[in-house]
Amino acid sequence: MTRKRTMTRPAMTTTLAASALVLGLGMAAPTGAVAQTSTLRIGLQEDPDMLDPHRARTFVGRIVFKGLCDKLFDASPDLQLVPRLATEWSFSADGLTATIKLRSGVKFHDGTAFDATAAKANLERARTLPESLRRSELATIDSIDVVDPLTIAIKLKQRDATLLSQLADRAGMMLSPATFAGDVGARPVCTGPYRFVERVQNDRIVLDRFADHWEAANYSFDRIIYRAIPDTTVRLANLRSGELDMLERLAATDVKSAQADRNLKVLFTPGLGYQGMTLNHSNGDLANTPFGKDKRVRQAFSWAIDRNVINQVVFENTHPPTVQPFPPSSPYFRKDLSVPPRDVAKARALLREAGVTTPLKLEMMITNNPVDAQLGQVVQAMVQEAGFDLSLRSMEFASQLRDQQQGKFQLSRVGWSGRIDPDGNVHPFWTSRGGQNDGKYSNPTIDKLLTDARAVYDLAERKKLYDEAQTIAQDEVPVLYLYNQPWFYATSARISGFQLHPDGMIRLGGLKRQ
Amino acid sequence: MLKLILNRVLIAIPTLLIVSLFVFALQHALPGDPFLVMAGEERDPEAIARLRAIYRLDDPIVVQYFAWLGQVLQGEFGRSLRTGEPVLELILQKLPVTLQLAAASMIVALAIGLPAGIIAAVRKGTTVDYAASAVALSGLSIPNFWLGIVMILIFAVELRWLPASGYVPFFSDPLGAIETLIMPAFVLGTGLAAFIMRHTRSAMLEVLRSDYVRTARAKGLDERVVINKHALRNALIPVITLSTILFGELLAGAVLTEQVFTIPGFGKLIVDAVFNRDYGVVQGVVLCTAIGFIVMNLIADLLYILVNPRLRGR
Repeated sequence: MTRKRTMTRPAMTTTLAASALVLGLGMAAPTGAVAQTSTLRIGLQEDPDMLDPHRARTFVGRIVFKGLCDKLFDASPDLQLVPRLATEWSFSADGLTATIKLRSGVKFHDGTAFDATAAKANLERARTLPESLRRSELATIDSIDVVDPLTIAIKLKQRDATLLSQLADRAGMMLSPATFAGDVGARPVCTGPYRFVERVQNDRIVLDRFADHWEAANYSFDRIIYRAIPDTTVRLANLRSGELDMLERLAATDVKSAQADRNLKVLFTPGLGYQGMTLNHSNGDLANTPFGKDKRVRQAFSWAIDRNVINQVVFENTHPPTVQPFPPSSPYFRKDLSVPPRDVAKARALLREAGVTTPLKLEMMITNNPVDAQLGQVVQAMVQEAGFDLSLRSMEFASQLRDQQQGKFQLSRVGWSGRIDPDGNVHPFWTSRGGQNDGKYSNPTIDKLLTDARAVYDLAERKKLYDEAQTIAQDEVPVLYLYNQPWFYATSARISGFQLHPDGMIRLGGLKRQ
Repeated sequence: MLKLILNRVLIAIPTLLIVSLFVFALQHALPGDPFLVMAGEERDPEAIARLRAIYRLDDPIVVQYFAWLGQVLQGEFGRSLRTGEPVLELILQKLPVTLQLAAASMIVALAIGLPAGIIAAVRKGTTVDYAASAVALSGLSIPNFWLGIVMILIFAVELRWLPASGYVPFFSDPLGAIETLIMPAFVLGTGLAAFIMRHTRSAMLEVLRSDYVRTARAKGLDERVVINKHALRNALIPVITLSTILFGELLAGAVLTEQVFTIPGFGKLIVDAVFNRDYGVVQGVVLCTAIGFIVMNLIADLLYILVNPRLRGR
C-alpha cells in the first residue's frame, strides 16, 4: 500500500498543476473586456445576410444598414416621411411623376460625390439587377430622369402611394456606382455615417466613423461593432459582463431581471407589425371545414380567446393585445377597434347558429420554439371551453411556411414584422392575389378598396378606404390578430440618446456614452 | 509507413464521394428551399422563382450534384447563398478557430483524464478510484450548454475575470487567446476527460495485470519506472485511438459550446448553414470534416507506430 501511494504522487501533481494552469491563467490575467470609450458594441440576434441593400433580406441586415447606408427618406416614430438624402419631394398633378430634390455636398465612402446620376443608377440597379429583391417594391416605376445634378424625376406607370415609403427602406439606399462591378455585398460603399471596415461571418461587422458625412457631428462613436449572438441569455450575459454596450430583442422573460440590474437600462416600444394566426379559407382540401367556410365559426374562435390573458401568462404584460393589422403608431390605426373581453357564451351561441357539431376538430401549426408552444397551449385551453378541439402541430419555421403555401394547414401561428406604409400590412394578406395570402381569402370589395388605396396620396382620403376594409375584415376574420410585437432593447446604463422607433431599427445618431 | 499513407489516401477517395453524395441527397430532401427560408416572412414568390433559376436549383438533383462535384475538382467550392462569400474562404476562416478550441479542449481533457485514469487504475478499489470515477461521470453528465452559461455568469458577469465570449487568434495575441479559451475549453474538455479517464483506467488495469509488468516488478525496478515506461506506454494505444476520434468529433461537435461562447467556428458555420439551407456551405463543411476525420485516423495510426515499436516493421 505504502509503495503504491508514493508512486501516484507524480500523476497527482500533474493533474493539480494542469488544473491550476488552466484556472490560474485566467485569474491572473486582466479580462480584456474593457473597451475603448469611443467604440459602441451592439449585440444582434442573428448574423445579417449579404450587405448589399438591393439583395439583402434580413431584419438585422437593416439594422446594420442604418449605420452604413443613407436612404432617400426615413420615417419618423409617428410614421411620417422625413428627409435624409432627399430634401424636398412632390407629385405632379396627375400623380404620375415624383420629383425629388437631393441633398448637396454628400459624399460616398470612396470619396466620390452623390448626385442625381448616382441616385438614378442606384434605382435602376435596384429595379433591374436579376438578384434584386427590390424589384417588386419598385415595380410601378416606368423611368427615372435626371432633371439637374441634384434633382430626379421618377415617372410611374400608375399612381403609387407606397413608393416613397419603399424609398425609406433598402430600395432607397444609395451605393457608390463606382463599386457596382465589384463584390458589393462583401464591401458595401455607401454614404452613411459609418463606413465598412471588416466582417467575420457569424461573429462581427465593424464600421468606422465617416468623417465626411453630411451629419457627422451627430455621431459620437468612432467605431461600431455589431456582434451576432443568437442566444438571448448569452446576449444578455455579454451585456452584463461589459462585452456589449447594447442589445436588440431582449427576451420578454429576461425583462424583469434586466430592469432590476442597476447597470442596465431596458427600453421598449410597440413595433410596426402584429402576431396572430393565418387561417385557411380556400387553399386545398383542409379548408373545407365550417371554420374555413363560415365566418361565424371564425368569429366564435376569436371570441373564445382572451388576448389579455395571453399577454399576462405568456408575455408578462409586455405584449399589448390587438385586433387589427396596424400598429398604434400608425395614422391608419383605428382607435375605435378596442380589444373586446373574452365572451365564451357568445362564441358558443355563434357555433350553434352556424349549426356546427361540437367539439369541432381543428389543427394549428406552431413554430417549434418555447414561446409558441406555450402560446399554442394557452389558446388550445381557451377555445376548448367554447367547443373547439384544437390540436397543435409544432414545426420548423421553413417547413411551416412551405405547408402554409401549399395549403396543408387550417390555422398557422405566424406574424408580420410590419411596414411603414399601411399597404404592406394588409394588401399582401387580404387581397385575392396577395403574395402572402396563403389561406386564399377572397373578397372583391376588399380587393377593390385596398387596390384603390394604393393610388390615393391624401392621408385622410386614404384612411377612409382602409377603415372601410377593416370593418369588413372585423366581420369576416381573414387573419386573426392577437398582439402587437414590441421591440425590446437593453443598454448599459451609461448609454444615452437612444431613439426608440416602431421599425425596430437602431439609429446611431445622438447615441452617447456618459 | 509511406505505403500506409498511400493506402489511406486511396481509400479516402470513395469515402469522400459517398459522404458528399449522401449529404447532397439528404439536404435536398429537407423541406423548404434556401431562398424561401432566407426570405423568411418577406417571401416574394416572383423573386424566389427568379433566384432559384439563377442558382439552378430547378435542375434535377443529379445534374446539380455533378455540377458541384465538377467545381470542387477544380478547387471551386462556390459561394454562400446567404452572404455571397466564397465557401472555401469561409472554411479557411472558421477552421483555425475550431482547431484552436479543439486543441485547447484536448489539452484540458488529457490533463484531467490521463492522470485521473492512471491514479484510478493504480489505486483500484480505493476511495480515490471511486472519487475519480464519480468526478469523471459528473463531467460527462453535466450538459455543456448549462455549464457554459453558469461559468459565464460566475466568471464573466459576477467576478469579471474572463471575457464572456469571442475569439482571439493564438498567434496574434497568445494571452488574449488563452483568456477567451479557458471557459469553452474547460466546458468541452471536462466532458471528454471522462471518456479518457475511463479508457485510461481500464487499459492500465489490463496492462498492470500482464506478465511483463509482473516481471518488471520482480526485477526490483522502481514502481515509477514500471508504471511510466512499461505500463503506460502500452496502455496509451487505445487512449490515442479514442483521443483522435474525440478530436475529430470536436471539429464538428463543438456546436453548442461555440454557440454559448459566441465563437465563430466550424460548428456554428454548419448549424447556421443547415438552418438556412445554404447548400454550398453545408457541402463544403461536410467534405472538410470528412477529410479531417481521415487525416486524424492516419495520425492515430502513425502515433501507434511511435509508441509501439512492434508495429514499426509492418
